[in-house]
Amino acid sequence: MSDRTDIELIAELVPKGSRVLDLGCGNGELLALLSRERGCSGYGIEIDDANVLACHQRGVNVIQLNLEDGLALFEDQSFDVVLQLDTLQHLRNTERMLRETARVGRVGVVSFPNFAHWPNRLHVAAGRMPVTRVLPYQWYDTPNIRVGTYADFEVLARKDGLAILDAFGIQAGKVVRTWPNLLASVAVFKFQRG
Amino acid sequence: MPSLGDVQPQSMHFAEPLGLASGAVLRDYTLAYETYGTLNAAKSNAVLVCHALNASHHVAGTYVGKEKSEGWWDNLVGPGKPLDTDRFFVIGVNNPGSCFGSTGPTHPNPDPAANGRTYGSDFPVVTVEDWVDAQARLVTALGIERLAAVIGGSLGGMQALDWSLRYPGRLVQCIAIATAPNLSAQNIAFNEVARRAIVTDPEFHGGHYAEHGVIPRRGLRVARMIGHITYLSDDAMEAKFGRDLANAAFGYSTQEIEFQIEAYLRHQGDKFSEYFDANTYLLITRALDYFDPARTHAGDLTATFARARCRFQLVSFTTDWRFAPARSREIVKALVDNRLDVSYAEIAAPHGHDAFLLDDPRYHGVLRACFANLAKDLA
Repeated sequence: MSDRTDIELIAELVPKGSRVLDLGCGNGELLALLSRERGCSGYGIEIDDANVLACHQRGVNVIQLNLEDGLALFEDQSFDVVLQLDTLQHLRNTERMLRETARVGRVGVVSFPNFAHWPNRLHVAAGRMPVTRVLPYQWYDTPNIRVGTYADFEVLARKDGLAILDAFGIQAGKVVRTWPNLLASVAVFKFQRG
Repeated sequence: MPSLGDVQPQSMHFAEPLGLASGAVLRDYTLAYETYGTLNAAKSNAVLVCHALNASHHVAGTYVGKEKSEGWWDNLVGPGKPLDTDRFFVIGVNNPGSCFGSTGPTHPNPDPAANGRTYGSDFPVVTVEDWVDAQARLVTALGIERLAAVIGGSLGGMQALDWSLRYPGRLVQCIAIATAPNLSAQNIAFNEVARRAIVTDPEFHGGHYAEHGVIPRRGLRVARMIGHITYLSDDAMEAKFGRDLANAAFGYSTQEIEFQIEAYLRHQGDKFSEYFDANTYLLITRALDYFDPARTHAGDLTATFARARCRFQLVSFTTDWRFAPARSREIVKALVDNRLDVSYAEIAAPHGHDAFLLDDPRYHGVLRACFANLAKDLA
């Protein structure tokens, strides 16, 4: 779902040599990139059979698990960075997952589609749910069961005692730091336990 | 998929005594084994296949003139198969205590006090650790210092895991499928029912039935029947047999076969009792019960795997209730805690424990990728 450039932008948030846990790692592309170019190690978590196979074929460490079952497999603060990219919006238990991310990782990085991006606002103002490049689904078939905004996440982070270390939007492969809630289709937050 | 074609069983004699976990000693012994493919010049492409309860060194291929003699993992091992014999040198070995060629209870007891008597139930109790030691000697004798991989399912997976603990520097990759860090009480209970069925058969004769020219066939049958039930999932059994009747109508009998599932289990039991040795069944189920590498680490599996160095591939099957995915996840956790390289696939296959012997494309896809990566690293 993330573009290649999105992945590269997010990879820059991960310090070289980090021990990484990638929740919802998809086909393992980011983990492979982090290992190849930033000397990182770690594991991906994935539920989908085809993605699990793709990770194996890439030679990326992958553990097939349902994130809804929590992260009991992982000890507190056992990873430098826990990534949760384009995953949060698919999970029923969003808050628990965020807390788990902050428990297992010294740093958490989350990205998700920003529902408040201005074209989405126009869709809603016109009376229809948005269907865009980042949110390509109809309201009745979307896997995005949690629809939130950049600004919403800031509120949730505060509520759950997460300290935001960095935050920005991504739009068309570029970092957006000015009015990201309005101007970016993807929200990115880097945080730690407060 | 092409098969290996004709293969030849081999055997190797070891004159050096093998000390066993029990303190007993196997004073000399023979191991039956088979190899497929070619060992490369660097001797770096060898893969050891460990067998489970009722299998043997005959992993793949067929024996000359015996059409139906296909090896037990022929769907996995062969040219172009996931464990590709064009790339790897594959070793299948029969464990001591078995009844397929390696020294076991059906062989003469070399102890002078035994007066040439067959071992029978006097064959020493062997453990997974003992088997791994015996396998390591065979590997050494074949001129191989470091295996590319050790692979096994179920009890074979336990051996693969034990290799990573006992000989951490002698394998690159451990592949443990449908296995567990130890048996649960329920699992031991099933084994005990099987053992009691054998031991209480009037023809068991304290384990020296060979001297009486008989076989505790009834016990073996029942043992196999109970085992077989636990290898299948409820759904798989329902799909295959349901409540189908053996005859057109109820016979209102209590001892005749009424349901298809009964006919199937009796058939499996009969077949098994023709070729499997009762003492071997007792020994192998006991080895399963005993396996518990964390026992010497106060039950701490993470501390247990601290000595492991290789990378790991684990696979479990969602409908396997005898070696459930949760047990594989315990192992994954211990490996992750030790920052070891591990991949784990949890395959939603309907077949229960037996799935590890079948060829679900997701399962074989994962193993194919795992071996392809290994081959790449060797090149």
